[in-house]
Amino acid sequence: MPVVCASGTAMQVDRVSFRYRNDQAGRPWTVEDLSFDVQAGEVLGIVGPNGSGKSSLLKLLAGLLRPSSGQIRLGSQSIGHIAPDLLARSIAVVPQEYVQVFPFTVAETVLMGRFPHRRGSWWGMGIGDESEHDLRQAHQAMVETDVVTLAGRLVSDLSGGERQRVMIARALAQEPAILLLDEPMAFLDINHQIEICALISRLQRERQLTVVLVSHDLNVASQSCDRVMMLKDGRIVQIGLPVETITTESLRAVYGCDVVVDAHPYSGRPRVTMPV
Amino acid sequence: MTPVSPQLLTSESPSLASNRHDGGTAGHRDEWRRTGTILTHRRWLGIMGALVAASVALCILCLQFGATRVDLATLLVVAKQWLGLGSVESEEGGTAAIIMMHIRLPRVLMGFVVGGSLAAVGVTLQALLRNPLADPYVLGVSSGAALGAALAMLLGIGASMMSLPVLPLCGFAGGLLALLMIYRLAQSQGRLPVHSLLLAGVILNAILTALIMFITSIMEPNRSAGLMAWLMGSLTAPGYSALGVLVGYAVLVLAIVMHKAHALNVLTLGEETARSLGIETERIKKQLFVLTALLTGAVVSVSGMIGFVGMVVPHAVRLVVGSDHRLLLPASVLVGGMFLVISDTIARTILAPAEIPVGIVTALAGGPFFLYLLLWRKDRML
Repeated sequence: MPVVCASGTAMQVDRVSFRYRNDQAGRPWTVEDLSFDVQAGEVLGIVGPNGSGKSSLLKLLAGLLRPSSGQIRLGSQSIGHIAPDLLARSIAVVPQEYVQVFPFTVAETVLMGRFPHRRGSWWGMGIGDESEHDLRQAHQAMVETDVVTLAGRLVSDLSGGERQRVMIARALAQEPAILLLDEPMAFLDINHQIEICALISRLQRERQLTVVLVSHDLNVASQSCDRVMMLKDGRIVQIGLPVETITTESLRAVYGCDVVVDAHPYSGRPRVTMPV
Repeated sequence: MTPVSPQLLTSESPSLASNRHDGGTAGHRDEWRRTGTILTHRRWLGIMGALVAASVALCILCLQFGATRVDLATLLVVAKQWLGLGSVESEEGGTAAIIMMHIRLPRVLMGFVVGGSLAAVGVTLQALLRNPLADPYVLGVSSGAALGAALAMLLGIGASMMSLPVLPLCGFAGGLLALLMIYRLAQSQGRLPVHSLLLAGVILNAILTALIMFITSIMEPNRSAGLMAWLMGSLTAPGYSALGVLVGYAVLVLAIVMHKAHALNVLTLGEETARSLGIETERIKKQLFVLTALLTGAVVSVSGMIGFVGMVVPHAVRLVVGSDHRLLLPASVLVGGMFLVISDTIARTILAPAEIPVGIVTALAGGPFFLYLLLWRKDRML
C-alpha cells in the first residue's frame, strides 16, 4: 500500500520559532513564528537571501534542531517525540556538502542508508547485518540515481555531480517518505544541475516522494518545485505556486533590488534574470 | 486528508518505483554485490582467519629471537614439556623453558595486546575526529595518560595500594582529560583541519611533556631513571597474573568498541548526517572517548609511550581491507599486535644482548611514514 497518499499533509509546521543559544534572551530569532504544511507528494522549495533561515528551517524539519517554541508534526506525532531510528525511516536528509576522508566505496556509502533499518544480534557485532532486503533496496536506490556503475569506486574519487547522486541514493536507501535536500545543486555544473533536477521530478513521480529542497537559486526553485516558500529574516513572505511567489514585486521586497521576471519558454514558469 | 502516522511510514513499504528500473537491470547489473565492494560475512571470515593464522605464526617465529637464540626444535620440546607431554630431564631444555615461559612468551603476548590496543585506539580516534592522521601519541592522549601514571608514581600511591590498578586508572584519567581537550578544539570548528589538529596535538604534547619532566626532576635519581626508561616505551615481561588482567581488560574494552563499529562507519558521514540516520551522536561519542581513554590508560601504564602504531597500522590496513570499521577495527587490532611484536623483536636483538626501548623502533618506522602522508598524500587528508 502506498504509505503516502497523493493528497494529504505530510508534515505540519505549527508556529515554530527557533534561535541558536535560546538561553540568551534578546538574541534575534533565526526563524520566527512559522506555520505551514508540507503536502504529501509535492516538491516544496524554500528560497530566500543568505541568512534568511532556510537551512535552519530544513534542519528543524529533519529533527536535527529542536524548535524553541511551536511544533513540527509528522502525521499526528510531534517529531521531537519520535525515536531517532523511527524518524530516520521516514525522513532522509541530503546535506549541502559531503566530505569523506576515508576510502569508502559508493556501495558501502549507499548501504549506510540502511542503518536505521538494521537488525543485528548482539553477538553479530554488526557483521553481515545487511539482509537481502537491504541489498535490494540499496541496489534499487543506485539504479534510480544512476550510480550503479560506480558501485565499486571510491566516493572521494567522484565528481561533484556523481557524489551528489550518491548522497541522494544513500538517502533513498533509507526508504523515506520525505526527502530533505539542502542546496542540491550548489557547486554543480549546469549539466549536473539538469540531472539532479530531472532526478527529483522522477523520484516524486515514481516513488511518490515528498521533497523539500532549499535553494538560493530562484530559477531552480521555480522550475523544479510545485510550491515555493520565500523567507526573509526568518519569516514567510510568500508561499504558493511559483507563479504566485516569484514576482518582480516579491523579489524587490525580499532582495531589495529590481530583476526581470518573464515566463520560461518551455514550462511557462517564472524565470528570473538580471536587468543588466 | 489522511494523517500519516510514523508507524505507517516505517512499516516495510513496497518499493514505489516503477518497474522500468527494476525489471531489466536487477538481474545482470548488480554484480557489485559479489565483487568485493561491500563487506560480506565470507570476506570478513577470510581476512580475519588469515590474520589470526599469520599472528600465531609470527608470534612463534619471534619467540625464537632474543639475547639467546632458541630454535624451533627446542621450542617444540618446551611446548611439549609445558603441556606435560614430554620428559623434563633435558638440562638444555630446562634453561630454554625458563626463558620461553617466563620471559619471552609473556613479553610477546603483552606486545601483541599493547600493539592491538594502540591500533584500535587509532582507528576509533580517526573515525571520531574524521581525520586519518589521528593517533593517541601524536595528539597527546598518551602523554596525558603518562602524566597521570607519573603523578601516581611520584605520590607513591601505586606502591601503597597494590590491590587496586591505580596506575591504569590514573593513566585513564590523564588520557581522558587530554582527549577532551583535543575534542573541544575539534568540536568548536566542526571538523578540525588536519594541520590545526596536529598543531593542537604538538602544543598539548609540549605542555604535558614539560609537566612529566617536572615530575622526573623532583624525583630521587634512582626512581626517575626508571620513569624515564618507562616513558620511552618499553615492553618487559609481566607476571602471568598481571598479563591475564591486561588481556582480559583489553578484550573486554575492545569487544565493546567493536559493537560500535557499524556506528563508526556512519559517523564518518558527518555529525548531522549520522544524526539524521538515527544515531545519538553525542552519547556514542562520549562512550567511545571513555573507551579509548580506558585502553590508552591501561596500555601506557604498562608500556609507556609507544608512538605511531595507532596511525601507521590503520592506514596500511585500510588500503588492503577497505574502510568498513566492522572489519577495519578487528583487522587493525591483529596487525597492530603483529607490528609491535616485530618491533619489539628488533628492539631486543639489534644490539643484543643489550636492548633498546621499542618506542624508538616504532617512532623510527612510523615517523617517516607519517611525514610521507603529510607531504605527499595531502590531497586525501585535507
